[in-house]
Amino acid sequence: MRFFEYEAREIVKRAGIPVTDYGFTTDPAEAGAIAKRIGAATVIKSQVLSGGRMKAGGVKFADTPEQAEAHAREILGLEIGGHLPRGVLVDPRAEVEQEYYAGVVWDGTRKRPVMIFSPVGGIDIEQVAEQQPEAVGRRHFSNVLPLSDFEAKEVIASSGVTGSALNQLVPILTRLARVFVENDMTLAEINPLGRLRDGSFVALDAHMEMENEARGRHAKLLGELGVGEEETRQAREATPFELAGAAVDAIDHRGVAGNVTEFDGNLGLVIGAGGGSLTLFDAVRAHGGRPANYCEIGGNPSVAKACGLAKLVLSKPGVERIAVMMSIVSNTRVDIVARGVVKACLELGYDPAEKIAIFRIPGAWEEEGFKILERYHVEYADRSVSLNEAARRAVEKIEEGVAA
Amino acid sequence: MSILIDADTTFIVQGITGREAVNLTRECLDYGAGAKVVGGVTPGRLGREVHGVPVFDTVAQAIADHGAPIDGSVVTVPPAFTKDAVFEAIENGIRLVVIVTERIPRRDVAQMVELASLRGARIIGPNCLGIIVPDVVKMGGIGGPARNAAQAYMPGPIGVISRSGGMTTEMSSTLSAAGLGQSTAVSIGGDAIIGCTYAELMPLFEADEQTQGIVIYSEPGGRMEAQLARWVTDNDSRLPIVAFMAGRFMDEMPGMSFGHAGTIVEGREDTAAEKIARLGAAGIAVAERIEDIPEMIGAKIAERSHAAPAARAVADAAGTRR
Repeated sequence: MRFFEYEAREIVKRAGIPVTDYGFTTDPAEAGAIAKRIGAATVIKSQVLSGGRMKAGGVKFADTPEQAEAHAREILGLEIGGHLPRGVLVDPRAEVEQEYYAGVVWDGTRKRPVMIFSPVGGIDIEQVAEQQPEAVGRRHFSNVLPLSDFEAKEVIASSGVTGSALNQLVPILTRLARVFVENDMTLAEINPLGRLRDGSFVALDAHMEMENEARGRHAKLLGELGVGEEETRQAREATPFELAGAAVDAIDHRGVAGNVTEFDGNLGLVIGAGGGSLTLFDAVRAHGGRPANYCEIGGNPSVAKACGLAKLVLSKPGVERIAVMMSIVSNTRVDIVARGVVKACLELGYDPAEKIAIFRIPGAWEEEGFKILERYHVEYADRSVSLNEAARRAVEKIEEGVAA
Repeated sequence: MSILIDADTTFIVQGITGREAVNLTRECLDYGAGAKVVGGVTPGRLGREVHGVPVFDTVAQAIADHGAPIDGSVVTVPPAFTKDAVFEAIENGIRLVVIVTERIPRRDVAQMVELASLRGARIIGPNCLGIIVPDVVKMGGIGGPARNAAQAYMPGPIGVISRSGGMTTEMSSTLSAAGLGQSTAVSIGGDAIIGCTYAELMPLFEADEQTQGIVIYSEPGGRMEAQLARWVTDNDSRLPIVAFMAGRFMDEMPGMSFGHAGTIVEGREDTAAEKIARLGAAGIAVAERIEDIPEMIGAKIAERSHAAPAARAVADAAGTRR
């Protein structure tokens, strides 16, 4: 879950890292008042999650409070990447001598967090790493032993920084690393970290992302920042269809029949499990099929859940048929899924043989499941038919339907 | 032979009284020669039994009851308690921990993995189904009930490593149908940080005489395919590898994750296209369809077994001339 800049800055500030005397608001008049309090030139920054706000006109400079108010009004009405901003940040225009970079991320291969530091900041760190690798310091650190200042010192020194700057930067990077670990972040970045004329350092922008799985144990912080439990902060906001999918999955606690993502095709998919869904979605597209949705079933869902998901997909405008397919199941029961999808067709007044393009779920309780499908003349396949072949047949049936 | 486990491996199930764990215990006891499940742990349930397996409050009690060190543990407790359970297992000398639980934050996983490496233990998972040695033993829910597992897996020369539990069985079943059995199949888990990656299992398969080829299932997200490609390039492996890459459609949708938590693409190296290119450059064949895998790996194995005697013949001929 990504934080807005004003939230990330608040987290940085709470960690004891110096920040500018900024203000956040959703009101243009208040933006003017903040600028007045600052009493100097300001920067007005749109608070959106998507990148590229500078280019989109979401960052403007103001010399007076009146200008700040006017800019804030304009930015608050400016959509960036399809989203209106959450508000604006009014930031004093600091006189920066040099911009640095400080960041912490996970390294999945070494299975440890890694501190990254560079005296070349203000731009994408990957670009710096490519063009000036000697100006980027890195160090993995332990999750079992306590973090020690020397680790940050080594990283900073290895990037070529010395003198009083080094001594001032050590606690900043150490604190950032602690913030990262203690708050279950997947990314904690201060970029740029500015060195001011008087030699002191201040965070000028911050980017933080928290792991979704860990949100529960940071309820206090999230509450204080005003992050609602319902806010997913995904790259794309959930559609009503996807929210309805989540509601189906919440019917009971038995298994999964959800993780629905909407697409605009004509072949509805009731597929699973995790890896099977990925494989099947690729296969449908490889055969020229147009999926209406992605989803995952698994963990032995109830008849009600399988039925609810199938109904949702069948009712989606533009869906001509559904394909019910999974990799070989061992925990999920074939007969339960078969019963659920047949029931969905019947309750919606459809002929299961017509609406279910193919049913390919081999595995536990398959004899019982196939018997149900035979009774309703639904085409089914066992493990001798590959996932790819099942997807091909489903696409073929849709094409037949279109031709007829 | 096999890797990681064999018929003599003893293990416990932590969280044994949970619904899923009860089933898993039954499955392991029933499969092959019957796993040596020597105990289970659920705090507060000392004295109970699950399918004849004694339940204890602590791992230490289970070891005391067994009267000897225990090799492994299958951990299936809720995410908030997993780290503590794994620490308990490792600190009691258990060397192989299979973590079934999903949705564990990365920090906890990193702590478990770091402690394991300090103590010389190995973690498989989290978010995995475990390990199976066809017809011999299984540790975890992999393959499901004994009858279903027996239908999909058969003994043979292929090592299977998969980021998806279900696809471990799908691919093994496809191999079995083509007459290619498995030496050991390992479901390594679908999370961003896992105890054992492909490259970390390769030395074990390399040392296993039964194994003649490797089949892997991979997905977008993370660097473990790049790590495998590097391992293959750096080590003169005797084992040919065929990979299958699912989730190619995700390359068009940056920032979204599908299927497993670990599929989130966080950098340029994480995409399916990039991984396919890297694996290919290291000589790892990437199958377009699962049904193509048996023929591809079969041909590669045949190629190597012919190449070896041929090389010897060339060497012999050279020797004679001298």
